[in-house]
Amino acid sequence: MSSYIPNTNADRRRMLDTLGLDSVEELFEVIPADKRFPHLDLPRPLSEMEVRKLLGSLAERNADLDHHPCFLGAGAYRHFVPAAVDHIIARGEFYTAYTPYQPEASQGTLTSIYEFQTMICDLMGMDVANASMYDGATALAEAGLMAARVTRRDGLVVSSTLHPRYRQVLRTYTQGMGMEIRQVGHGDDGAVDLGQTTQLLDASTAALMVQYPNFLGCLEDVLALSELASSAGSLLVVCVDPLALGLLRPPGELGADIAVGEGQPLGNPLSYGGPYVGLFACRQRYLRQMPGRLVGMTRDSQGRRGFVLTLQPREQHIRREKATSNICTNEALVALAVTTYLALMGKQGLRQVAELCYHKAHYAAEEIAALPGFERLLGQFFKEFVIRTPVPPAEVNVSLWEQGIIGGYELGRDYPELDDCLLFCVTEMNSREEIDLLASALGEVGRER
Amino acid sequence: MTEPLLFELSSPGRVGCRLPDLDVPESPLPEGLTRRELCLPELSEREVVQHFTRLSQINFGVDTGFYPLGSCTMKYNPRLHEDVARLAGFTQIHPSQNESTVQGALQLMFELQRYLAEITGLPGVSLQPVAGAHGELTGMLIIRAYHLERGDEGRSIVLVPDSAHGTNPATAAMCGYSVSAVPSDRRGNIDVRELEKLADERVAGLMLTNPNTLGLFEEDVLRVSEIVHESGGLIYCDGANMNALLGVATPAELGADVLHLNLHKTFSTPHGGGGPGGGPTAVTRDLIPFLPVPRVARRETGESGTEDTEYYLDYEWPVSIGPVGGFYGNFGVMVKAYAYLRSLGAQGLREVSENAVLNANYILHQLRDYYQLSYDRTCLHECVFSGKTQASLGVHTLDIAKRLIDLGFHPPTVYFPLTVDEALMIEPTETESVETLDAFIAAMRQIAREAETDPELVRSAPHSAPVMRLDEVTAARKLDLRWQR
Repeated sequence: MSSYIPNTNADRRRMLDTLGLDSVEELFEVIPADKRFPHLDLPRPLSEMEVRKLLGSLAERNADLDHHPCFLGAGAYRHFVPAAVDHIIARGEFYTAYTPYQPEASQGTLTSIYEFQTMICDLMGMDVANASMYDGATALAEAGLMAARVTRRDGLVVSSTLHPRYRQVLRTYTQGMGMEIRQVGHGDDGAVDLGQTTQLLDASTAALMVQYPNFLGCLEDVLALSELASSAGSLLVVCVDPLALGLLRPPGELGADIAVGEGQPLGNPLSYGGPYVGLFACRQRYLRQMPGRLVGMTRDSQGRRGFVLTLQPREQHIRREKATSNICTNEALVALAVTTYLALMGKQGLRQVAELCYHKAHYAAEEIAALPGFERLLGQFFKEFVIRTPVPPAEVNVSLWEQGIIGGYELGRDYPELDDCLLFCVTEMNSREEIDLLASALGEVGRER
Repeated sequence: MTEPLLFELSSPGRVGCRLPDLDVPESPLPEGLTRRELCLPELSEREVVQHFTRLSQINFGVDTGFYPLGSCTMKYNPRLHEDVARLAGFTQIHPSQNESTVQGALQLMFELQRYLAEITGLPGVSLQPVAGAHGELTGMLIIRAYHLERGDEGRSIVLVPDSAHGTNPATAAMCGYSVSAVPSDRRGNIDVRELEKLADERVAGLMLTNPNTLGLFEEDVLRVSEIVHESGGLIYCDGANMNALLGVATPAELGADVLHLNLHKTFSTPHGGGGPGGGPTAVTRDLIPFLPVPRVARRETGESGTEDTEYYLDYEWPVSIGPVGGFYGNFGVMVKAYAYLRSLGAQGLREVSENAVLNANYILHQLRDYYQLSYDRTCLHECVFSGKTQASLGVHTLDIAKRLIDLGFHPPTVYFPLTVDEALMIEPTETESVETLDAFIAAMRQIAREAETDPELVRSAPHSAPVMRLDEVTAARKLDLRWQR
C-alpha cells in the first residue's frame, strides 16, 4: 500500500465489518462486470528515493538558465525572484487549500487576493481587477469575449504586433461564438498602423486589441489608439508586460477600457511555460461583465473586517449557461507569488527592476547594432528589440548555443517579413559580462559569414 | 486580532529586496511615456514574510486538517512532488528554448500523456488545459470541430444533466451551444426515457459526470452512451470524479469520447487556494486531429534499427481547434502528477480508488441515521446528504458547515448538487485514516444533536474561527474590491 494511504488491512477489515461487507470489491458491483478492474499498463511503482532520482535525471536532460546566459523573451521572461516568494507560496496552509468557498476558514487566501486586486489596479491604473485568470493568453481571449458582451458587437480588430500565440488562443476561444477577427498590421516603426486601424474599426467592432510593449518590443501610441477605438464606439483592450509598468505609463492613463497581461514576470520562474497567471482589470462601469473571481471586503457579525468572494451571480456555479465565463477558479498560488513579489519590490524596487531592464536592453541593442552586418529595426522599445542578422537567425542561434548562450526568438516563424530577424530580450538577470559575451559571439558569427 | 493589510503596514522608503547596481551606461528614458507615480506598498522583507505567515495562519488547508470538500478531491499532497517540481532543470527552462535542449521536459510530458491515455482508455491526450473548466472548453470545442469537419452543421444543442457542475452548461454556452437539461430519475441516474426524447440530430453531445455529483455511478451509462451515439452525438465525460474509477473502470469502455482529468484532484497536485491546476483532455482516436496544438510527440532519429528517439512539439495538425493557452500547459503541475503516477503504478492507483470509496461509504453508513439521504445506494468516492431534517429545526446546511469549522474540520461542499435540498456533499479521499473519519463522524453527530438541543449555537457559528460569520450580502451591495487610502 502506498505511504499516502494511512489505513491498514486491519483498519479496512474493521470498516468493511461495519458496512457488513466481505471485500472492498463489493463496493464496485454497480459497474458492469465486464468493464470492472481493467489491466492498466503502467510502469511499476517506485519508492520515494527512486522517484527523486528519476526526476532528477529528467531535469538534468534540460539545459537550465542557471547555467546558460539567456536572451529569449517573447512572452515568458526571466526576472529575479527573491527567496521569500517561494517560501511564502510553499506554506502548506496556502498551497493545500482550495478556492475560498468558506470565507471564515480562508481569510489568508482571501486577504491576499484582495491585496493582489489592489496592486494590479494600481499597477495598471485601472478601477477594478479580478482574482486572476489562467494566463496572459486566456486573459486576452476572455477580454475579447467580454468586450463583445459589453458592446453587443461581434467584431474584434487585433494588432499583428500582439503575441502571435495570444492571437491564436483568441481564435480558439471565439470559434464557437461567431465572432469576426480582423488583423491590423504594423508600420516600419513596429507600431500599429494607425491609418489602417481607422479603416478597420467600424460599428461592428467590439474592441481594438493591442499589446504594450508589443510583441516586437516596441512602445505603441496607446493614447492615439484609444481615441480611434472610442470614436468607433469600441473598447480598447491593452495587453501589458506588468513589469514594464514599473517604468511606463499605465494603460489606465492611456485610455484602456480593459487591461490584461501575463503576470509571470512578477515573481515566477519560467517553468517551461507554466504555471503562469493572467492579469485582468477594467473600468468600473464594465465590472458586471467581468469574468473570474472577485474578492470584496466586508464585516463579520462582530464588526471585524473580513473578506469574501463577491459578485458571484456572474459566475458559472450560479448562472450556469448565462455566466460571464466558465472559469471557476483562478491561479491563486501564482497570484500569491505576484502579490508577495510586488510587496517585496514595492514602489522603489519595481521601478528599479524596470529601469535595469531598460538600460541593459538599450546597451545590448547598441552593442549589437554596432557589429558589422547587424542592424536594429523598428522604434522605441523597453526590454526587447529586433535585430536583422547577416546570417539566417537559426544559424545564429546554433552558433550562440555552441558557446552555451541561448539566443533570441526567431521571428520568421510568425512574421515572414522578419525572417532574417531575431527578437532579443535583456533583463536585470543579464550582467554586462553576459551582454558583452553575446555581442562578441555575434561578432564572430558575422565574421565567419 | 485582524492582520493589517500590506498597504497599512507600508512605510515610505522601505524595500524588501536589494537589487544590483546598474553596470551599463544609462540610456535616455522614453519621453512622455514614463509614469509619474507608482502606488505600491513599501515594506522590508521581514515585514512581508511576517504578514504572509500570519495570513497563512488564518487559512485552512489539507495540511491543517480534514477537508472533505465534495467534488474537489482534497487529498494529501506529497512533499516529494514539491521538491522535484522545484529542480532548476524544470523551473529554469524557457518555453521557447530549442527542443533539443529540453528533452527531459518533453519526455516527461510525453510519458504523462501516455499514462493518462492508459488510465482513461482514450489514446489522444493534450496536457495544455490548466484547469478542469479549461479542459471542458477544450473538449467541447473538439466535439464542435468534429461535427463541423464532417459537414454536420445542424447540431446546436448540448445535453447537460440537472445534477451537473455549473461549469458544464457555462462551457457549452462558450462554445456557442444552447443547453438542454436532462432530469435525473428516482435513483439519481440520468433519466433514460427523458434522454431518449431529447437525443436527436440537433444534439452535439451529452456532458456526463460519472460517478455523478451525487457520488453515484450512472447505472445506465452504457445505454446512455448508446442513445447519444445513435443520435450522432458524442459523450463528453467530466472527469472531476475520476478518483472513484482509477484502475476500476476506464471511461472509454463506458462510452466516453472526450474526457478531462483534474491533475489537482485525482493526481494529487495541490489546489493552491484555487489554481494552478491541470485539466488534461483525452479523446478517442477519431478525435485526435482536433486536439490543441502543439502536441508533444516522439520520433525516431538516426539509423533504422537503433533506438534513438527525440521528443518534439508537433504543430502540424490542420484541423486542430488551435492552442488553448500561452504555451504547453502548467508544466510545473505536470511534474507533480508524473511523480505521483511513478510512485503509485497501476496497483497503487486501484488502491487509491478502493480506499476513497471505502472511506466514503463508511461515512455514509455512520451518518445515515443522523442526516437524510436522498438516494439510498452504495456511493462511490463521495456521499451526499440532505440537511432537511435539521432545516426543519431552523438549522440550515450553511450553519452546519460553519459549526464544523469550530470543531476543527473544513466543511463539505454545500448546496450542491442543486438537485438535493440543503445538500452536504462529503468526499473524504483515500488519504484520511479511519481515526480522522471517526472524529468527523462524531462532530457531524454532535451537530445533529445540537440542532435539536441548542440550535442557536449552530446558527451563530463559527465561534472559534479568526472571524465570525461574514456578511456576504453587504459585500455585494457595497462593493469594496480594492484598498484605497
